[in-house]
Amino acid sequence: MSETRAPVDDLHAQALRRDERKERWLLLGLSGPALLLLAVIMILPVAWLLGLSFIGDDGHFTWTHYERMWVQPSFRRIFFTTFQVSLITTLLCLLAGYPLAYLIAQLPTRAANLCLIAILLPFWTSVLVRTYAWLVLLQRKGLINQWGLSMGWWDEPLALVHNLTGTLIGMVHIMLPFLVLPLLGAMRSIDMNLIKAASSLGASPARAFRTVFLPLSLPGLIAGCVIIFILCLGFYITPAVLGGGKVIMVSNQIANDIEMFFNWGAASALGVVLLVLTLMLLWLASRLMRLDRVLGGEG
Amino acid sequence: MDLAVRPGEFLTLLGPSGSGKTTLLMVLAGFIRPDQGSLLFGDEEVIRLAPHKRNIGMVFQSYALFPHMDVAGNVAYPLILRGVKGPALAERVEKALETVQLSGYGQRRIDALSGGQRQRVALARAIVFEPRIVLMDEPLSALDKQLRERMQIELRRLHDQLGTTTIYVTHDQREALTMSDRIAVINEGRIQQLDSPRTLYERPVSRFVAEFIGESTVLNVTVGPARDTCICAGQVLKLAQTASRDGAALLMLRPERLKVLAADAQIEDGKNQLQARVVDNVYQGDSFLLQAQLTDGSVIGLRGIAGTAELAALPARGETLRLGFDVSDTVLLADSNV
Repeated sequence: MSETRAPVDDLHAQALRRDERKERWLLLGLSGPALLLLAVIMILPVAWLLGLSFIGDDGHFTWTHYERMWVQPSFRRIFFTTFQVSLITTLLCLLAGYPLAYLIAQLPTRAANLCLIAILLPFWTSVLVRTYAWLVLLQRKGLINQWGLSMGWWDEPLALVHNLTGTLIGMVHIMLPFLVLPLLGAMRSIDMNLIKAASSLGASPARAFRTVFLPLSLPGLIAGCVIIFILCLGFYITPAVLGGGKVIMVSNQIANDIEMFFNWGAASALGVVLLVLTLMLLWLASRLMRLDRVLGGEG
Repeated sequence: MDLAVRPGEFLTLLGPSGSGKTTLLMVLAGFIRPDQGSLLFGDEEVIRLAPHKRNIGMVFQSYALFPHMDVAGNVAYPLILRGVKGPALAERVEKALETVQLSGYGQRRIDALSGGQRQRVALARAIVFEPRIVLMDEPLSALDKQLRERMQIELRRLHDQLGTTTIYVTHDQREALTMSDRIAVINEGRIQQLDSPRTLYERPVSRFVAEFIGESTVLNVTVGPARDTCICAGQVLKLAQTASRDGAALLMLRPERLKVLAADAQIEDGKNQLQARVVDNVYQGDSFLLQAQLTDGSVIGLRGIAGTAELAALPARGETLRLGFDVSDTVLLADSNV
């Protein structure tokens, strides 16, 4: 009876392998639409932009657009502003967001959910709407200035908008959830017994926070900061509306190049540089985060 | 609740879940602020002292090891907080790891350790700074049975070696019996009995303690007017001690202290016997559990070693048998709230 059977280790092997292959093709097929979409709306336009950035007014190959960026000081200032605004926004978000996330992580579930809704509701509202709302609040005859003047806190209307201040206020507000949400996730996954353990071993509350809680929340913090910084680099609406033409970031310059000068080549070159810088930053951040995990063991 | 812990002793808080034993431990550690009360370490009142100033080593049920530090980092943590530096630090960390048999594991990551190894690291971290008390909150409950039993012996050995006052919380009565100098049985926020394992097992004061620790049969009896005998299902039993009052009472017997008497056996002095009918007989590998019914319907258990001869001699279901036991094993329970 047993002689008629195939050797046990070959039992159904071919059929099983065939099933496996079929399953893989099916999975590939399912991701097809997404891949196609990505190719059409991402990869093709970016390649096209890259091509445009090397074509001059005469329709021939040129380095002009990149040379200009290097030579003209105005471009250097634009890149400096972009990084400056992004960095300050990230830092302000960090300063405001960490305590906020910590508070929410400590609150009982109901209160925490209420706080989350308060954060998420504006998050789901259009950036344009929020930016104009800030314009209404911050302008010379806006709510805040009128209030401050009537209370006698200041005598002259404060220049809260159409400058760097206004841009930063708007951007911090818009970016804050991008820090709070990943940070809250990281904080909630920290076992509070660890804090108890630290304190039973002799750590004061501040010391326990610094040596245990902070390092364990760091991955969420770094993730949030990287997201914000990179989003800030390409931000357009808020600096355009609240900056009043005084805060010119790379994206604003791109818009100017196209709308005012119809210079697609220059705009493309700026876009390409911004993209490359962003990718480099992402790569650096991913290296840093892995490094952090390695160094984490040294305590 | 009033509890005095002797220096150097291994005291176990034993109770079912929700009995308040972990709460008590958290009060000792300072994580729960009680409404009122006093907590003395020696002569020092510490009830208002912050947890980090109490100098207590604690082993958590979940171990609570710091995942962002390696083994040595975890063990060094309390020492660094106390200003230990350089070679002295490394030496004490290594010595503590040696004590828990983890020498050379210092550079390992926490997530690369097995459950038993994590347990040892948590222990090393709790003892390395020589705290005046070590608290352990069900530290072995996450381990499998074999490892748990090995760790029980090891913890006991470690305690003998270090002599640190240890307060241990568990719901496992066998674990408590194995490890403790004294056991406090806790139920509904009260200490039911505080005694050595042997006293607790042989002389439980209440039905709760009797049933929580080990196997037991509790019978309704009537104590006679002379208070040295009682009547159980129409049969007279001698009592080990004179009862405090006559009338209805609860009698406890341990199944392994009972013997099946041969049909022609005589009753010696200092022995009791009960007649019962076999209703069930369960084979459990190393032992058997025989259940017999008295004439009043109550069921009494008898546990014996499952040797070949013993099994062959067991009466069949439905047969009547005589159960014999020492008068000294007759325990009258204090709470006669029948």
